Amino acid sequence: MKRIFVNEKWCLGCRLCEYNCAFANKGGANMYLALKNAVIHPNIKVEEKDGITYAVSCRHCSDPICKKSCIAGAIKIENGVVEIDKSKCVGCYTCVLVCPYGALSIGENGVMQKCELCITNGNGTPACVSGCPNNAIVFEER
Amino acid sequence: MKYLIIGNSIASIGVIEGIRHIDKTGEITVVGDEKRHVYSRPLISYLIQGKTDEDRMKYRDDDFYKRNGVNPILGVSAVKIEEKQKKVFLSDGRELSYDVLAIATGASPFIPPIDGYDKVKDKIAFFTLDDAEYLKSKIDKSKRVLIVGAGLIGLKCAECLVGKVKSITVVDHADFVLHSILDNDEAKEVQNVLSKQGINFILSSGIQKFEENTAITENDKIGFDILVMAVGVRPNVSLIKDAGGKVDRGILVDEKCKTSLPDVYACGDCTQYFDISSETEKIMAILPNAYMQGETAGINMAGGTASFDKAIPMNSIGFFGYHIISAGSYDGEESVERGKGYLKKFFVKDGVLKGFILAGDVNRAGIYTRMIRDKIPLADVDFDLIKKEASLICFVKSIRDSSLTKVV
Repeated sequence: MKRIFVNEKWCLGCRLCEYNCAFANKGGANMYLALKNAVIHPNIKVEEKDGITYAVSCRHCSDPICKKSCIAGAIKIENGVVEIDKSKCVGCYTCVLVCPYGALSIGENGVMQKCELCITNGNGTPACVSGCPNNAIVFEER
Repeated sequence: MKYLIIGNSIASIGVIEGIRHIDKTGEITVVGDEKRHVYSRPLISYLIQGKTDEDRMKYRDDDFYKRNGVNPILGVSAVKIEEKQKKVFLSDGRELSYDVLAIATGASPFIPPIDGYDKVKDKIAFFTLDDAEYLKSKIDKSKRVLIVGAGLIGLKCAECLVGKVKSITVVDHADFVLHSILDNDEAKEVQNVLSKQGINFILSSGIQKFEENTAITENDKIGFDILVMAVGVRPNVSLIKDAGGKVDRGILVDEKCKTSLPDVYACGDCTQYFDISSETEKIMAILPNAYMQGETAGINMAGGTASFDKAIPMNSIGFFGYHIISAGSYDGEESVERGKGYLKKFFVKDGVLKGFILAGDVNRAGIYTRMIRDKIPLADVDFDLIKKEASLICFVKSIRDSSLTKVV
């Protein structure tokens, strides 16, 4: 299964991945209109310290603790992709309590959101990867 | 192989899924005393709030038992284990034999002996879907609700009733709310959030007796129409205890989830097990651990090898959008980060993070939880920075690389 991996040596810290993620999950024809002046809630987050930068998103763990811990049984694995059933999630934050990568956050309507590899949003390929100007984020088998 | 599981909640599902990782065909029977498809009990307050419904509360899809080749026997309880004959006797007179048995009987609400309690007409423990349905059928804008217990169950009950009843009063012996998981500072904030919604608190006070629809404390007389008893829960240990298995406050299990009886496992809220943060055996009746214990038991029952050896107490709870996450033990040197609308407390001992409490800002809390569970040496962490903001960049490169450049 293909997953997202990052290479901190090549990351410029430009945060385009955050914008591309937010846009892919928000929809609409025009990124400027969709995101101008909006507070964005991307599922990928750029971390920065002492000149080192890289992006973090869901690792799609082979044995995810978020799934085991979800009190609503709302997290499932579809073909290796860890997904949230938004109709079942009640926004209790137990997944936030346990995810070792800090990959889940609260989204709209009080339910949790996370990277679903741009499968459930219909984008097809991860927007963070295709928009990365320096190949610091890749989508591949390892 | 013939598997028998007593209990039909989260730990039991963990057992089934654990068994099926290893053994796709063995015969699995589940006995549950509630006549319901498996559902999540912690969701009952969300049900009353209207944030979920009975269908969405189902913990697994309708075809779960069928898909996993499970024979569910529901609406029946187990009354006795005959360990030597490898049999379990049920309340309807049936006997079931097993090769390997899992006890996932959960816990039951504890009702302290209080004079006059029996004569109170409308009373519940806020614990099961039946309780929630009963409460739902009783509440309207004319009803005064008295909740005994300011713990997780009592306060979630209080939250879900706001706007639906005439008044809500919470009474507790302790001098601050959520006594089992918080310190005084954060508890004050939680109480403020709830008080602003009109919930009344009477703390440091116990109920001496009930006189019909009045509760008598040292200093108060509290009139009510509906009584909710949420004092606490106790592990259901009797099956193992009566069969001669080792029991303390909960059923004693090791990291493989084995009891002291041969071929008998136990998991979930009925057990007492090792907390790696305090290095003591504890009751940790929390849902994530119940699942993980169940899965561990199931894998071992089917002949695989698994250990649940990173158990810690941990909780996430929120009221009206104010969230609190806590984990581990509050032992060692304390440090506090305080800012507008948030408070974070960390507890450090022997060079590792032992516990934390986050109130108001819980973003990426799991990074802290990981530090406790994996006993990450603080020498490998920029601790001053991570206390301000949970992020992986505070870890040394080897930990970052193992998280971000490999399959995990």
